[in-house]
Amino acid sequence: MPIPPALVTLLLGMALVLSGLWVGYNVDLLPLDASANAPVYDALFRVLFSIGTILFLGIVGLVVFSLVRFRRRPGDRVDGQAIEGNLLLEIVWTAIPAVVVLFVGIYSYDIYERMGGMTTLNDHATMHRMAPMETLEASVGSGDGGDTPAARVWGGIGTRSDAADVLPVEVTALQFAFLFHYPEGDITSGELHVPNGRPVELRLKANDVIHAFWVPQFRLKQDVIPGQPTVLTFTPTKAGSYPIVCAELCGPYHGGMRSTVVVHEPDDYEAWFQKNSPLASTVATASATPTG
Amino acid sequence: MTVASANAFQESLQPQGWLRYFSFSLDHKVIGLQYLVTGFLFYLIGGALAGVIRAELASPISDFVSRETYNEVLTLHGTVMIFLWIVPVVNGGFGNYLIPFYVGARDMAFPRLNAVAFWMIPPAGILLIASHFITGSSQSGWTAYPPLSLTTPALAQVVWIVSVLLLGGSSIFGGINFIATVLKLRRPGLKLMQLPMYCWAMLGTSILVVLSTPVLAGTLLLLSFDIVAHTGFFNPAMGGNVVVYQHLFWFYSHPAVYIMVLPAFGLVSEILPIHARKPLFGYTTMVYSILAIVVLGLVVWAHHMFTSGTPPWMRLFFTIATSFIAVPTGIKFFNWLATLWGGKLALNSAMLFSCAFIVNFVFGGITGVALAQVPFDIHVHDTYFVVGHFHYIVYGGTVFVIFAAIYHWYPKFTGRMLNEDLGRLHFLLTFVGFNLCFAPQHWLGLNGMPRRVAEYDPSFTTLNQISSVGALLMAVSSLPFLYNVLVSAFRGPLAGDNPWNALTPEWLTSSPPPVENWAGEAPLVEHPYGYGVAETTLSVEAATGRDLWSATGRR
Repeated sequence: MPIPPALVTLLLGMALVLSGLWVGYNVDLLPLDASANAPVYDALFRVLFSIGTILFLGIVGLVVFSLVRFRRRPGDRVDGQAIEGNLLLEIVWTAIPAVVVLFVGIYSYDIYERMGGMTTLNDHATMHRMAPMETLEASVGSGDGGDTPAARVWGGIGTRSDAADVLPVEVTALQFAFLFHYPEGDITSGELHVPNGRPVELRLKANDVIHAFWVPQFRLKQDVIPGQPTVLTFTPTKAGSYPIVCAELCGPYHGGMRSTVVVHEPDDYEAWFQKNSPLASTVATASATPTG
Repeated sequence: MTVASANAFQESLQPQGWLRYFSFSLDHKVIGLQYLVTGFLFYLIGGALAGVIRAELASPISDFVSRETYNEVLTLHGTVMIFLWIVPVVNGGFGNYLIPFYVGARDMAFPRLNAVAFWMIPPAGILLIASHFITGSSQSGWTAYPPLSLTTPALAQVVWIVSVLLLGGSSIFGGINFIATVLKLRRPGLKLMQLPMYCWAMLGTSILVVLSTPVLAGTLLLLSFDIVAHTGFFNPAMGGNVVVYQHLFWFYSHPAVYIMVLPAFGLVSEILPIHARKPLFGYTTMVYSILAIVVLGLVVWAHHMFTSGTPPWMRLFFTIATSFIAVPTGIKFFNWLATLWGGKLALNSAMLFSCAFIVNFVFGGITGVALAQVPFDIHVHDTYFVVGHFHYIVYGGTVFVIFAAIYHWYPKFTGRMLNEDLGRLHFLLTFVGFNLCFAPQHWLGLNGMPRRVAEYDPSFTTLNQISSVGALLMAVSSLPFLYNVLVSAFRGPLAGDNPWNALTPEWLTSSPPPVENWAGEAPLVEHPYGYGVAETTLSVEAATGRDLWSATGRR
């Protein structure tokens, strides 16, 4: 019994969607996820990877099928059929991609929101929060700090931190290193040490050229631009050492501009902090408690 | 045969000798070939530079060239490939050769401007390359972001700017010429909606060139003021703003992607129907999707700046705008697939390169839509993922089409056929080498390898070596191609005027064509894709009967 073409198309389409979904959710192309951001990012990645696989396999399949099935046989001098268009078909393949990109756009907006990307940085409260250490405000909602003249700050994804116990670290990017300064303990370090599970607020600045702070395992990247103090917040979720990579061409040694972020368990971090801080005896406990 | 006598008549009109290709010729066909050959020479130079990059990256430490040289090489590679190979060849090369035929004209609207536009390219290219050996060349990447470009050696940066300004000027002259030719030089009776698709592609491209290239020129002038006169437009130490540079730069350089791919879309639209023996599917939607890409292409530039601290609303806008470019682009790809469907596909080199273009570009397009999503981009921006993505677009897309177009139009350029076996070998080596080189780079980027580095984490060594082997294959692939085009020019079998039995006007004259394209009146081609009019009634041979060669009384 011959199988109707519509049924074949339907079955092939279903097989295609299923294999795309399988690939998207089973082929792991990403590094370890070590920040609160990373699983959110990975969810978006899996959706994009699935849709992309379905589209790519479908189109490659059509091209290869056409090349085999419709190849010109030797001696065949007859033209193909003169089909110049098909309104219904053209409407369908305009509408489907439009719906897909709209879905992807809205979904990635949602992801973006969840990663904290839509936070307004330079409203009253956040500007106040970015004021000097002593006036660090934890709550983003309060708008009472009008007397603090604060410079405008820039930020990327992961700029939101509602948590009270945020750990501030000042980062200076220069040719060709990152310097980390902990205002809480007056520690200066070439490596970033952070406790697991506690939000970290990086205040980045560059004085020479543009650099970019990237931790692949955190799925976070932020350009560090001279003249633009920038804030970047993240919460590490897995202890370990991860690379910090400069991702913006910054001169001859750009490839060597690397550092390490060490995510300690909270106790180990405390030990590291005590060992390295000149002020450790006085600030030891303060570092673990909110200052606001 | 009457055509033979017509050829003899046309011979007398043709300027003789190779010297005209080195002259200030006003013939659009000579200028087109000048662009094509010059561009190819720069492609070989740019390829050698890519070879230096891949050799350096074969090991995780910086051991092949010095770090400064490495940055010079990557800057030159990008600049040469974009401004001296792809843009001049798909626009100036094929545009000059084909557009006057397609509109039924004897030359471009402004032949002298056309020659000036071409002759700006060799000095600019020589300046750029020679500067490397005299003053050293720019080290700040083809993007020349300040403040880096203000701190790297000044003379090298200024030479780079002068060179790019010359090339941009050449591009603008060409763009004005194409717009004027398509809109004002059409043969009487030829309607806009009867033009071959490449005319529409070039019209759209030229609008982008004319609107956006002057912005790049202005930006680079300001940058040169910062370097030479120590002004502070982009110098944060003097109150300048480096992000403004990025906005202005990408206002040109994103449309530049479309300046590189839209003509390729047009060329593919010419090649596929002829070798599939079917009409181009969905002509009208193809035209409107080109225009949609032109409009959208002008409002997506900030997706290159998602990590530059751009405000949230701006990221959202540019995400949506960029994603929506996938819709008109998708329409074009579905139309090409429908053109192939049910055709009689000749599996020759031109068809193979065109189909590989579809495959590669779809892959690059999918990663492109992913990159448009801010959260996704934040992770992979400025990494090897992006390097892989844009090589799939400009090499897998445009360069594959350039090769397809050379295989397709070589008989018209020279009157002789290329060797198909060598062509398929060239295709196989290029396709395998290309995918081996650039596919692994996506994984490298996702897993932590930034772009423009001379050294990297040793755990990435294996994939980088695979990538370098792919680059080597691509280099090898150019050998059968070079042999083929050089030998076939003298020894290839004679092609005749219309070896593909095509209907577009450039095939309705002799190969190579006479100086003013047609001995008599230009043919009026109202159906450039009128293949196989009714089911199985028209044969490939019969198609030539409708080529209007006879209709214009030329026989």
